[in-house]
Amino acid sequence: MLSYIARRLGALVVILFGSSFILYNLAAISADPLEGLRQSTEPNAKALMESLSRDLRLDLPPPLRYFLWLRGVLGIFTGNFTLGETREYQNVMTELGTAIPVTVRLVFAATIIAIILGVAMGIVSALRQYSRFDYSMTFFAFLMFSLPIFWVAVLLKQYMAIEFNNFLSEPNISLSWLVAISLVSGIFWAGVISGGKRQVVGIFLGVTAATAALIWILDAANWFIEPQLGIIGMTLLAVATAYGITQLSTGVANKEALRSALAVALLLGAIGYFPMQWVLELSNKGLMFLGLFALVPLLGFIASRIFARVDQGPVMRTATISGYVVLVLLFLDRLMQAWLPYMENDAVNFRPIPTIGQSKAELTLYGDVNWWVGTLDVMVHLILPTVALTLISFAGYIRYSRGTLLEVLNQDYIRTARAKGLTERTVIMRHAFRNTMIPLTTIMVADFAGIVGGAIITERVFGWTGMGTLFNKAITGFDLNLLMGVFLVTATLAVLANLIADLLYSALDPRIRVGSGK
Amino acid sequence: MSVEKEVMPGDKEDAIRNKETEGLSQSQIVFRRFVRHRAAMISVFVLLAIFILVFSALDFSLGPIQIPGWWKFSYLDTPELRFEDCPGGVTGCPTLDMIPFLDGDGVVVGQHPFGQDNIGRDYFALVMRGTQRSLQVMIIIGFIAAVIGTVVGAIAGYFRGWIDALLMRFTDFIIVIPAIIIGSVIGYHIGNLGAIFLAFYLGLFAWTGLSRLVRGEFLTLREREFVDAARVAGASNRRIIFKHILPNAIGVIIVAVTLLMAGAILLETALSYLGFGVTSPDVSLGLIISQYQESFVTRPWLFWWPGVFIITIALCINFIGDGLRDAFDPRQRRKLSLKDKLSGKRAADVGGSTK
Repeated sequence: MLSYIARRLGALVVILFGSSFILYNLAAISADPLEGLRQSTEPNAKALMESLSRDLRLDLPPPLRYFLWLRGVLGIFTGNFTLGETREYQNVMTELGTAIPVTVRLVFAATIIAIILGVAMGIVSALRQYSRFDYSMTFFAFLMFSLPIFWVAVLLKQYMAIEFNNFLSEPNISLSWLVAISLVSGIFWAGVISGGKRQVVGIFLGVTAATAALIWILDAANWFIEPQLGIIGMTLLAVATAYGITQLSTGVANKEALRSALAVALLLGAIGYFPMQWVLELSNKGLMFLGLFALVPLLGFIASRIFARVDQGPVMRTATISGYVVLVLLFLDRLMQAWLPYMENDAVNFRPIPTIGQSKAELTLYGDVNWWVGTLDVMVHLILPTVALTLISFAGYIRYSRGTLLEVLNQDYIRTARAKGLTERTVIMRHAFRNTMIPLTTIMVADFAGIVGGAIITERVFGWTGMGTLFNKAITGFDLNLLMGVFLVTATLAVLANLIADLLYSALDPRIRVGSGK
Repeated sequence: MSVEKEVMPGDKEDAIRNKETEGLSQSQIVFRRFVRHRAAMISVFVLLAIFILVFSALDFSLGPIQIPGWWKFSYLDTPELRFEDCPGGVTGCPTLDMIPFLDGDGVVVGQHPFGQDNIGRDYFALVMRGTQRSLQVMIIIGFIAAVIGTVVGAIAGYFRGWIDALLMRFTDFIIVIPAIIIGSVIGYHIGNLGAIFLAFYLGLFAWTGLSRLVRGEFLTLREREFVDAARVAGASNRRIIFKHILPNAIGVIIVAVTLLMAGAILLETALSYLGFGVTSPDVSLGLIISQYQESFVTRPWLFWWPGVFIITIALCINFIGDGLRDAFDPRQRRKLSLKDKLSGKRAADVGGSTK
């Protein structure tokens, strides 16, 4: 195994060397940094050209210049690693250092959401194969495949930002919107749950009415200006979470698991609601989150000891997952409480959804900004890019998870599982879903690396200053060092992700052994 | 990916299916399956219609051949801006009216069906020109990538050994560079030479995924008995590759190239949007979206039309690719409709002699 990894790392270095050589020469040959000066009529143009040539070492042919650059990279072994300087004499490493976190922040949420939504939709679509829901999901996925992100972005800016802000200035949902949203949600859930004709009509009517009622209540309670879950909402959601997670994890027939999950969820979300508000105000946020993160498994463990006598592992898992979900809900609730102060800030002035940028720097000029308002500001700026990236990338997961699950469902061990008399839930969640996730995991890892490259356009459209901006600067300014820096990051990520995907595959699927063949 | 077998196909259904393919060659079976894929067939017709519309509307020259277009404006003309009957005092709104009867004046094409841009250029001509460009770029990229990818993959997979290692390492080198980076590097400096050059260069770097697929296909096919038989009969390497293995790998190639072309049109529009692709005065769909995105609120048609064309083309190609994949997949089984079952049953009842 170790020798396999070592061999792969060796190959990885060779690949990075080869591809950077190709790109460097390609970029150096196709660009002429002196072009502007050649046509210039300035008296000192010649002197400028000479100094520029000296700076960029234009006296050397591109392949040799590449090795000058490579010497800096190889300095990693001798301790003086450098990626060179940009044309503005900035260190490329520091430029990348400020840009990478921005890009990661941009793609991180989108990737997670796309994976969760995409896999969920794909699985439902596969379970309802050849249904109307399946066909519309397929069409939807293909439509998303075909959308240029810059085009979606313009639509989002108009309808999700500008129009939504207009709506917030006078948050009254008109009757037509109420009916439309309710109908869409009714049709969607009727398609997801499916069943006999009578059942479908029942679900459709029920969900439509429930959605309409929910929107009406939210509207009446002025929820869009002062959103909050409150202790009532949290209690309801905690119960729902416990039931939902238990159903997926062990099935609600497992009473011990259900009780533990309910106990942990209610302890955090309902009984602990007010104490948690105090906890969330603690000034050391890092320590606080770390503490909460560690607390939940502990609670799950205690609950599993109290409620279950045998088979405590799955019970603890269920309770812990429920606890984490409730924790996220608490976090959201606290963010919602920061909504009104955020809107009242003069920098925001009741138009909270921005169309460009990654945060509002002028926020602090207009009053006291606590941690939650600051976080909300960052989150709000993430909304549009995240939606755009999610829309584009989750279509792939729908298609892929659907295909894989269908393939898995045809396997003999699924028939065996059914023949043993296991419930459909167990067959799908335990036998089929886990095996579906094996190839999916590898795709996800590779995808995450790829999306960093894909963020170039997204950043440009939404005015973020991350890797995309650097890349743009590098291309338009003939800045080879900067270009190679950006490339090195994306390429290293891509090849590393490939390696990790292969290792993960063999770790998840014992039939596949890396390094044995070849 | 899209293996859609039924869980437990009954024997009778199998019989019906077998009956359908009796006495047909492989290509006939594939063709029949493809024709039955409704979404793919609709896409074929829509795409054909777009092709005909786009390439006949404006003057189109292919080398020495000059085909005059039937549309009255070219994309460079600047006719007078239309002021009358535009809502909100905007100039140059579209005259196309697709709703019959309901709004009183029936279906009208009018002077400027897609409207005019802010300096009065006819937007129908602009969009047609942009779509022409995008389609040309797509086809050229697809063609070059298909040729290089197939050849590289075939040689690597067939000869194996050091040739394979060399070619695949080279493929790895290129595959690591994200398409958008390599496209920008090329496009920013080649783009002003014209869209055709740009497409040509982009095609030179787009073949890597295909070559890996083809190589994998060749690696399995070359071990099959019919290849041994051909070799024993004295066929040359070239003959084995082109006459024996390639026809068996053609399904994989066609599907991959189709999907590659859908990616190519999106890559071209994205590059042009970033300013690294087709540059003005030439027109491309990505370029006009980027030029007019600011006027989305005042002149929404400047934004919608190019988008509609990009999406329709990409969507059609994706559906065609999906249909082709299903058609070429030997494991693919069609879901029998009630009609099939009935007619199949009747046929079985009469003794299976009639078709």
